[in-house]
Amino acid sequence: MAITTTTPGRAQARPGVAPAPPRRRLVPSYRARDALAGYLFVAPQVLGIGLFVLLPLGLIFWYSFHEWNVLAGTFRWVGLENFEKLVADPKLAPVLQATAVFSIGLVVCNLALALLLAVLLNRKVRGMTAFRTIFFSPVVVSLVAWTIVWSFLMQDNGGINGLLQLVGIDGPNWLREGPTAMASVIVVQVFKNVGLNMVLFLAALQGVPQEIQEAARMDGASDRQLFWRITVPLISPTILLTSIITIVGSLQVFAQIAVLTQGGPGISTTVLVYYLVQQAFDFHHFGYGSTLAILLFGIVLVLTIAQWQLRRRWVFYEN
Amino acid sequence: MRSARVLTGLALASVAAMALSSCSGGGASSESEDIELRMTVWTSNEDHLALFDSIAEAYMEEHPEVTDITFDPLPFEDYTSTVTTQIAGGSAPDLAWILENAAPDFVDSGALLPLDETLEADPDYGFDDLSESATALWHDDSGALVAYPFSTSPFVMFANDDLLAEAGLPSAAEMQANDDWNWEGVSEAGAAVHEATGKAGFVIRDFDYTTWDNLASVWMGWGAAPWSEDGTQCTFDAPEMVDAFEFLHDAAFDAQSMPGPGTTADFFAGESAFTVTQISRASLLDGSFAWNLLPLPEGPVGEYSMVGQAGIGVMSSGEHADAAADFLAFFTNPENSQQLAQYFPPPRVSQLNVETLAATNPTLTPEQIEDVVIPGIEIGVTRPSHTDSAEIGQEVRSSLDALWVADADIPGTLADTCTAIDPLLG
Repeated sequence: MAITTTTPGRAQARPGVAPAPPRRRLVPSYRARDALAGYLFVAPQVLGIGLFVLLPLGLIFWYSFHEWNVLAGTFRWVGLENFEKLVADPKLAPVLQATAVFSIGLVVCNLALALLLAVLLNRKVRGMTAFRTIFFSPVVVSLVAWTIVWSFLMQDNGGINGLLQLVGIDGPNWLREGPTAMASVIVVQVFKNVGLNMVLFLAALQGVPQEIQEAARMDGASDRQLFWRITVPLISPTILLTSIITIVGSLQVFAQIAVLTQGGPGISTTVLVYYLVQQAFDFHHFGYGSTLAILLFGIVLVLTIAQWQLRRRWVFYEN
Repeated sequence: MRSARVLTGLALASVAAMALSSCSGGGASSESEDIELRMTVWTSNEDHLALFDSIAEAYMEEHPEVTDITFDPLPFEDYTSTVTTQIAGGSAPDLAWILENAAPDFVDSGALLPLDETLEADPDYGFDDLSESATALWHDDSGALVAYPFSTSPFVMFANDDLLAEAGLPSAAEMQANDDWNWEGVSEAGAAVHEATGKAGFVIRDFDYTTWDNLASVWMGWGAAPWSEDGTQCTFDAPEMVDAFEFLHDAAFDAQSMPGPGTTADFFAGESAFTVTQISRASLLDGSFAWNLLPLPEGPVGEYSMVGQAGIGVMSSGEHADAAADFLAFFTNPENSQQLAQYFPPPRVSQLNVETLAATNPTLTPEQIEDVVIPGIEIGVTRPSHTDSAEIGQEVRSSLDALWVADADIPGTLADTCTAIDPLLG
């Protein structure tokens, strides 16, 4: 069966009459201009991602198959050698363990403290705005300046041990002893950024409808039940957002480690990014450093996808 | 719609082209006669930079083809990694200061231009005046000089005589006259000062329980070294090194004559009785206390000295390597070397004398220069260096962390240090 198709909107050519040449429209239509405007609006972002995210990402994969001696100016293909070195690297396991301890410690402490502060500061009490400002202010302080101040406070003869001595406690050498060094780095980072998550939680708490809470109270819900059964589910999208931001941020920590502990004592606070920078920029192993960067990229990707998938189980969307 | 796509494509292509062209850098064309040179340095001292600028201006007056010479100060802590990152990024400096611990990496890699031909070309340069010991670190495998050792600075001991007097102790000069100028004597005096004043005893400046190679200024007194002369065998576990670290551990944790880990004390702020550092730090003295300058205290092996060195090299990959080498020859000629001597002890034998150094170092007395500085340079051994110094340094630092606790197993930790760095030494 023959099928005849026609192009809608186009005149059929008459038999024996040459078709007129299509008219070229010099002025773009409204829709075309609209599309152009849209593309131009997104162009800077697309260009930025292309140049500063996708291109370096591609180069990292390329470099990971090479050994690059910067000083000698040699760039040699080594195939999977860097990946084999990664698997056999005896330092990788302690580095990943330190990374996990830091990330879990940071995420748990940060989110718990931020939520606690948000609940406490979500009251209509005089002077509450001042408290909110105080807790948020570290967020806008320079990271390195904040960390340097803490490094002085945490010295053996620093301010924290000075305060402890006033109450008769001989404090530890916070940054030089294995168990306290990691805890110190986590605490410094928690106090630095807890204000940001606190503000996000505060906004979420203020968005919880009063009528739902009142209805629950009328049904006899206690304060605890109200919080866990009503408030937490309603702010769960914000919990998801803050947990993703905090986890990704925790995996990228560098300056705090560099200033406070330089990865020590031993390698107890050497997290993955710090190890990567050491390998690439201090030891000039750019190929192996790139392989570590791919590992970090994979970990961040997997964790983010896992969180996104798990959201269906615990994140409550009103709509 | 199709026209919109075409227009959009053209727009994106134009933006991308503009961005890429702006990112690709605008280095001077090789056909251009305008030569711009850049030298990376780790000093940001205004007086140092002003002196460098004045020498550069004099050079540019004689060489109109060189239109600009920039001295680019980089932070000392990350200096070497910043320079190598610049090289990796395709923006290598034309000339660079090089620390002695990175010297083997730069010299062995072929990254530096041989300088003999350029420096010997001018008979007035006085190439033969360069001290053999000062240039030893900077020769490549073929014997060519690939960097000029512009600073050969001895490590010395500064003493705060006011603090010693406050603790009822003799001055540093009296200690030396009484034959007490040895590490045991300094540790005893330091412990007494700490006990009497609460201030620190002796401080190995910039060590901070991380920059371990500064401890060489102590362990050399025990005849110890981190590795064999050919760099293939670790000697951290040798008996003399164990003895040296037992002395340091005792000073930090038992005698309290040296500040422990995580405790800071700045000699130049009057917070310690003694400090080991280089003579250039004399500029930090502000006259707020009576001080003296002495050689490093004697160790069990007697007198010794350690020098820190810095070289200037020309990057062989640079676009204007020959012009950079020519400028280096001017920058370090006898006249300019004498000017630089006020901050950086020169490698020229003819300038290592009291007259030159006293005229340019007003803080130090001629006696201090004659008794401490010149002998320190003459018998000084360079701080430890090795290829892959950054990786070895990191391994040693993390291994030695186990030593800086009160109940440390010193021989065991030093043996572990050797286990950690042996694969890198081979």
